Amino acid sequence: MKFLLIEDNIQLAHAICSRMGLDGHVIDHAETITDACAYSETNDYDLILLDIMLPDGDGRDFLTAHRDGHKSTPVIVLTARSQVSDRISILDLGADDYMTKPFDHAELEARCRAVLRRRGGPLQTVKRIGNVAFDPVAGTLIVADETVQLRNRELRLLEVLINAPGQIFAKQKLVDRLFSYDDNVSENAVEVYIARLRKHLLGSTVQITTLRGLGYRLDYD
Amino acid sequence: MTDTTRISGSLRNRLATTLIGGAAVLAVLLFVVVRGYAAQIAQQGQDSILAASASSILDAAIIRDGSVEVDFPYSALSILSTPSDDRIFYAIYRDDTLLSGYESLPRAPFDGSATTAFTTTDFQDDAVRFISARRILVGENLRTHVSVVVGQTQDGLTLTLNRISRNVAVFGIGFFILAALLSYWATSITIERLTRLTISVTRRGPQDLSPVIAPMPVEMAPLVASLNTLMDRLDQSLNRSEEFIAEAAHRVRTPLATVRSYAEATLQRVSKEENRQALRSMVRAIDESSRAAGQLLDHAMITFRADHLEYQDIDLVELVTEFVRSFSPLAEMKDIEFSLHMSPPVHIAGDPILMQNAVRNVIDNALKYSPCESIISITVSAHPNPRVIITDQGPGFPPEQLNTLTERFTRGDNAEGTVGSGLGLTIAQDVALAHEGHLELSNLPKGGACVTFILSA
Repeated sequence: MKFLLIEDNIQLAHAICSRMGLDGHVIDHAETITDACAYSETNDYDLILLDIMLPDGDGRDFLTAHRDGHKSTPVIVLTARSQVSDRISILDLGADDYMTKPFDHAELEARCRAVLRRRGGPLQTVKRIGNVAFDPVAGTLIVADETVQLRNRELRLLEVLINAPGQIFAKQKLVDRLFSYDDNVSENAVEVYIARLRKHLLGSTVQITTLRGLGYRLDYD
Repeated sequence: MTDTTRISGSLRNRLATTLIGGAAVLAVLLFVVVRGYAAQIAQQGQDSILAASASSILDAAIIRDGSVEVDFPYSALSILSTPSDDRIFYAIYRDDTLLSGYESLPRAPFDGSATTAFTTTDFQDDAVRFISARRILVGENLRTHVSVVVGQTQDGLTLTLNRISRNVAVFGIGFFILAALLSYWATSITIERLTRLTISVTRRGPQDLSPVIAPMPVEMAPLVASLNTLMDRLDQSLNRSEEFIAEAAHRVRTPLATVRSYAEATLQRVSKEENRQALRSMVRAIDESSRAAGQLLDHAMITFRADHLEYQDIDLVELVTEFVRSFSPLAEMKDIEFSLHMSPPVHIAGDPILMQNAVRNVIDNALKYSPCESIISITVSAHPNPRVIITDQGPGFPPEQLNTLTERFTRGDNAEGTVGSGLGLTIAQDVALAHEGHLELSNLPKGGACVTFILSA
């Protein structure tokens, strides 16, 4: 997906870009409202991440201008203010969602997905591999014309594996992706979800291979 | 407030005492003056009768055949008769020789060429008023002084004076009572302005820091002006505190967000298990501190706002729906479903910011402790009084800790693996208490925690 990040704290912006780059997202970074307007004029983004306190104005002004310009790109506001009233005014101005800093990237992804799903956005996110079609936004897996609604963790696990077929993922790495850091989960928990995915993928040309002591790998014919 | 106010006398009492004291002094003064004046008038009356008596005796003195004859009329003494039977004394002298009457009556010395002189002396055990009058009788080759002394006891005078005194005393007391009543009334209407100001300040809601604009007497204007200045300063400082809390949140959260993002990014890259373990601990610590910072600020905000709630009409159903919507991506991550049981709108009067904080914290708690693929049930009901009931399928509360979990920084013994600050339920309870409600914690029979946020009807 292609993101526009509007954030004046360069270190934080770097950290976010670096983290999201790992998930294969493309991110443009604007430090000011002026830059942000220039970027959003010339590019099509799937989603805009907007900070509120910016050097050349209030992020809410960008939001208003963005909506007045009839642009439909969803906006998620990243706010450091925990004040609920702030959040509500942010939503009233046309933001699709908000997150309070610091945020969990898995949560950010979850929220992006939720926003995109709600918007019923273009289904260009559908990934086809073998005889399987996977829509991470809708959370559906189509195997031989049969649509399966994936549970969230199944979906996230499949997304990780399907984005890098042939690559081996250590169990611990998958646990980190699937569970928040405060869940005290054993590595074996991931096996449950692998088993479920395998069940969903029955009859497809895609399979998940267990590599003893190394992890899992997704292959397709 | 009253507990901390030091009382030093009462304005009303002081004013009333001063006025009533003044009235008492005036009444006594009135009594003394009127009585003195009455005594003087009475004395003058007695003196003029004595003078008339003396002069009619003197008028009767004639020189016949070289001797002095005084054949005074009976009326000269009878005019002195009084209802209290005062005794009368008289003596007639030619030069210094007693012609007739009592011996040894005191003779007042004449002043220069005056023909009358008065004196009051004790005579035969009574206070007696004496007049001495003289006249020069001139006959053929004879020129002599005839003088007369007439005295009268003062029983009648005293009687009259006593009667006057009694009347004056009654009048004085009447005056005093009237003046006291007037003072009380005057004090009351003066104090009433102050009382009215007090009531108007007390009656306003705690968040109403607008200046007092009702017209005030000139003496009270400085007080009201100071009061208005104080309220203005208070208002400003309250606003500054709210801004400070928001700003503090910003300052704390942004660097935490930076560290967390870097840590997460690094975690994706490194593969050495001990490094990964360290990074995971780091992320957990960041979550711990950002949550603590957030809840501490929430708690500060609640403590601070609880004193001056801004009541608005809130629909609990709408509020809960809004939070469920905003929490659902989070719930989805753990494949948790919200099951909502809501009747039509449940309207309450409450402080929206506090209510949102409370509901958010309770739902957040449920999400944290719920296992994956479980259900959180939220019921909003208006009966018997407005309430939000949130149950989860998690481990529930340790039964022996049910009563202490709402205390600050207290966490369940079974909460070890979960990031938390021990403030979530405290916040919810404080908000409930600020709205005259309460928070109930219980465990469901089939396991799972149940938090009931109850507001007063």
